[in-house]
Amino acid sequence: MRHLLPALIGLAILVLCSPAQAFDQATATALSVGDSDTRIDALNKVIAAGDAAALPFLEKLIGDGVKTSGDKVFVVDGDKAVDPVTGQAAELPSDADDVVNSNRMRNEIGGAIAALKLSSPDRAVRLEAAQSLQSGDADESKLPLVKAAEGKEKDPQIRDMLGQVEANIELTSSDKSLRLAAVKMLAESSSPNVKEMLSTRLAPDGETDPEVKAAITAAIKAVDARLSRYALVGQIFTGVSLASILLLAALGLAITYGLMGIINMAHGELMMIGAYSTYVVQNLFRAYLPDAFQFYLVAALPVAFLVTAGVGMAIERLVLRHLYGRSLETLLATCGISLFLMQLVRTLFGAQNVGVENPEWMSGSVSLAASLVLPYNRIVIIGFSVAVLGFMWYLLTKTRLGLFVRAVTQNRTMARCVGVPTARIDTMAFGLGSGIAGLAGVALSQIGNVGPDLGQHYIVNCFMVVVLGGVGQLAGTVLASLGLGIVSKFLEGVTGAVIAEIMVLVFVVVFIQRRPQGLFAMTGRSAEA
Amino acid sequence: MIDHRNPPGLFARLYNPTGWALFFASLAVFCVLVPILNQVLPADSLLHMSDYWVALIGKIMCYAILALAMDMVWGYTGILSLGHGIFFALGGYAFGMYLMREIGHDGVYHSDLPDFMVFLDWKAYPWYWKGTGSFLYAMILVLLAPAALALFFGFFAFRSRIKGVYFSIITQALTVALMLLFFRNETGFGGNNGFTDFKRILGHPIATPGTRMVLFVTTALTMLGMLLVLRYVVTSKFGRILMAIRDAESRLMFTGYNPLLYKLAIWTFSAMIAGLAGALYVPQVGIINPGEMAPGNSIEIAIWTAVGGRGTLIGALIGAFIVNGAKSWFTQAFPDYWLYFLGALFVLTTLFLPKGVMGLIDKARTRS
Amino acid sequence: MSADSKSPAVDVGGSSTFGHAAPPAGELDTSHGVVLYLEDVTVSFDGFKALNALSFSVDVGELRCIIGPNGAGKTTMMDVITGKTRPQLGKVFFGQTMDLTKMREAEIAQAGIGRKFQKPTVFEHHSVFENLELAIKADRGIWHSLFGKLNGEQLDRIDEILETVQLQEFADRRAGLLSHGQKQWLEIGMLLSQDPKLLLLDEPVAGMTDHETIRTAELLKTLEGKHSIVVVEHDMGFVDSIAKKVTVLHEGSVLSEGTMDKVQNDEKVIEVYLGR
Repeated sequence: MRHLLPALIGLAILVLCSPAQAFDQATATALSVGDSDTRIDALNKVIAAGDAAALPFLEKLIGDGVKTSGDKVFVVDGDKAVDPVTGQAAELPSDADDVVNSNRMRNEIGGAIAALKLSSPDRAVRLEAAQSLQSGDADESKLPLVKAAEGKEKDPQIRDMLGQVEANIELTSSDKSLRLAAVKMLAESSSPNVKEMLSTRLAPDGETDPEVKAAITAAIKAVDARLSRYALVGQIFTGVSLASILLLAALGLAITYGLMGIINMAHGELMMIGAYSTYVVQNLFRAYLPDAFQFYLVAALPVAFLVTAGVGMAIERLVLRHLYGRSLETLLATCGISLFLMQLVRTLFGAQNVGVENPEWMSGSVSLAASLVLPYNRIVIIGFSVAVLGFMWYLLTKTRLGLFVRAVTQNRTMARCVGVPTARIDTMAFGLGSGIAGLAGVALSQIGNVGPDLGQHYIVNCFMVVVLGGVGQLAGTVLASLGLGIVSKFLEGVTGAVIAEIMVLVFVVVFIQRRPQGLFAMTGRSAEA
Repeated sequence: MIDHRNPPGLFARLYNPTGWALFFASLAVFCVLVPILNQVLPADSLLHMSDYWVALIGKIMCYAILALAMDMVWGYTGILSLGHGIFFALGGYAFGMYLMREIGHDGVYHSDLPDFMVFLDWKAYPWYWKGTGSFLYAMILVLLAPAALALFFGFFAFRSRIKGVYFSIITQALTVALMLLFFRNETGFGGNNGFTDFKRILGHPIATPGTRMVLFVTTALTMLGMLLVLRYVVTSKFGRILMAIRDAESRLMFTGYNPLLYKLAIWTFSAMIAGLAGALYVPQVGIINPGEMAPGNSIEIAIWTAVGGRGTLIGALIGAFIVNGAKSWFTQAFPDYWLYFLGALFVLTTLFLPKGVMGLIDKARTRS
Repeated sequence: MSADSKSPAVDVGGSSTFGHAAPPAGELDTSHGVVLYLEDVTVSFDGFKALNALSFSVDVGELRCIIGPNGAGKTTMMDVITGKTRPQLGKVFFGQTMDLTKMREAEIAQAGIGRKFQKPTVFEHHSVFENLELAIKADRGIWHSLFGKLNGEQLDRIDEILETVQLQEFADRRAGLLSHGQKQWLEIGMLLSQDPKLLLLDEPVAGMTDHETIRTAELLKTLEGKHSIVVVEHDMGFVDSIAKKVTVLHEGSVLSEGTMDKVQNDEKVIEVYLGR
């Protein structure tokens, strides 16, 4: 919908102020009156002139909305008639006849419309036209038109498509050298359409010449290879995208669980609260700052961070503080907190999912090839996860807070002796981990449903990442999320999501067998256990 | 001083006289009083016990057996399982397979196969359904299916010395994975809908008051019998070894015991008890679906045990009755507040009542 | 925030999974008079060598004391002998034939090596009697644990040990309620009830009163000859009161070995302990 409005406006501008004003009554008459051959001649002239002003008329013509009376042509809209050129109301004579279009004529007009659209200044219109040419049957008569359009076209995607249309036309050409050239050109393509196009030529009623046939087979192979390469890149991308989400979700846990050793089963719910904070900020922007709506996400980041950090610190102060050293009890208590938080959100916002919209700069996608389309929101989130990682790394290694956190986690008693306020550091560190969960929630709100159960989907995977990476190891967490993300996406392609999930789980268990300390971990003289 | 040279006899070892009095009182209530109140007394009598209550208590007794299984691994051995719901459900599914076959041709499609298989356009039973028409085989499967999974999973987990919260989280991951698996139609267990619309059990119509009462009494006998069996286990040296694993596993290891064997034994046994509980549960509630496998259910089992008091067996029973009783009351009276209550129960129990209700009772007894 | 909650499993176990996979060489063979033999044992953690080509041996019936500054590798050596840590290099033999590097903790314990931890570790929720019952030499299998009973001989042995460690009056007291020193003794009692050939004691008198320390020294002396004993200790007075032969560890290898007099006058030892 978002693209439709500008497209329509573009179309209107195009219709209203098209520079080529050659479309006149005579042309309209020539297009409507007479036998098919003469009308087609007229049509070809219009195409050759590239006269966009003829477009609305041609559309009416193909839609059986044109009547003629003698040489007079009328465009009919309901029971009103207008002049095709001036657009002024006109009296429809009683003897006016419908223009009858044969199938051949219809094809021709359709092609003409596409051809005219191809020279439109609006990209969306051209894209649509190219697509309709690609899927419809374009014959040799359109070749010059397509070639001309291709020569003028600046947009690489449309140019590619036009090239294919051209090649497709040439494929059926009676000239063998032309067909061979076309095959050669198509072999460079990376579109699944092309593969199909070439395959249909291999059918019994298609290509007969053995040399061309061999060329087609080779071309299909080449396209296939390229396609599978793109598919691989695509899979890696979705894998990295999943990895970035896992990483975001696991980073907070890497602090609270990995560094502090607090097992927080409500971590998922903290992310959920982050996502709902985004929802609230979005609604506030929509209500009070509609002009700045584009930037609501930027405002949502600190809000989500502070809200979840606050909730996290409250949890630490009120509950976890009293359970230090009793990890199983902590696990149960935080399970309870997670139930509580989910129900709280249900009470406040309802049990249904709420709608969180992508700001415009995050919607849409960049298309690297016909089969490789990367959505902007995924790309932004990959970048965001790297940024959060950097932020965390900086906090932990370069600031005083980080120094204190590391000191407390390594030797609490010693840290207290040298004057580190351990209790406050615990609260702050837990707040930091929770806040990062909130940031993850902001990211999740941009790619999935936001509902009370949001956190439940991620919690197990989060722990898998942290366990796999080795506790207290940022590098391990990063590698583990990358590994898990990519591996599970690849498996998903082969086995389906459920089996993939089970296999990943089994893999993690087996891995922990081999390396109980995770990917990266200190070995050391074991204290008495 | 205890006379170690002349240890008490079996009877005295399991419970003291008060304990036995309470035991036989419960036995009488569940196996004599309830059947009389429900079956013999006329429906308009003041003391008549409605079918609703029989069904509710029957269901809770299944949960209580499940809580006993949990107490063995968590309360005594210190292994917190967040996957016992899986074993419960597996037992339920195994028995459900038998119940599905007992439907015979009375399904909607009047086919040889259960309706959901007809719906999937399957022509024959998958191999793992083989023989499930036999009650005896189904009962064996009820025990073996959870045992096999527990043995397999436990062997790898315990061998790599995965302990504490690590173990708990991995059991939870296992739970999620299996739940997803059972949600699939292709798995062959009815997908989302699971098994339901049972008609008969051992040839008797399943929904009649008589059958229900037989199921009720069977459940009560299983629960109380299991209590005695487990009481025997925990008062044996085996039980003391379990507690030693919980308290100081490495000391036990350096004393020459192999904790892996003991953990694996109790873990697998506990899974079998859970499976049995599931098998008793399914004919009483009339349905089993993957929802039973939700991770939240498994976590709830832990809280029953915690509320009652870990490592006491009786506490597990008490906890299961308290929490599930509260649940059925809340979900009728204040459905929106049940999860608040449950969440608060998790937190408050761990913070203020580490020994559960049994701890309170003990304290009251020592004070008086 | 305990260390326990963070690490999945402290150590990697050994080769065979089940303890009953037959100890490699059956009975302890001490025909050459040596009960424990370490040769070139090296253990390194992330490049830090906790043990560096450590070689030493203990004779049958000997009471050996091991001293050394912090980080000298004393506890790591204990870990290696009891199977808790696997050495990267070197041989560890119990008697002539048992390769300890190939056995698991429980197997090693069953073969006859008892270990007392630095921090007293007893089963706190069990009574003193039950602690000894678990430790007493008997079938370690599941079946026996469910249906077996203590026989008269074992009961006698438990009584004897209760007397030795002076806990007769506390037989039915929960071990968690004992004093620190009593726990240390209970742990020693548990080791004795295993009837081990070799006793490894990690700081047995740490935290004991003077009186308890003297009692412990007397106890160890009565055991000398019946069992081989290795004591790791910081308390020099205690070491002096029991030791005939002392081994000094430093940076993972043996610095000096001999009588207390000899090592106390060894230049290298003085240098390490006093610094220059």
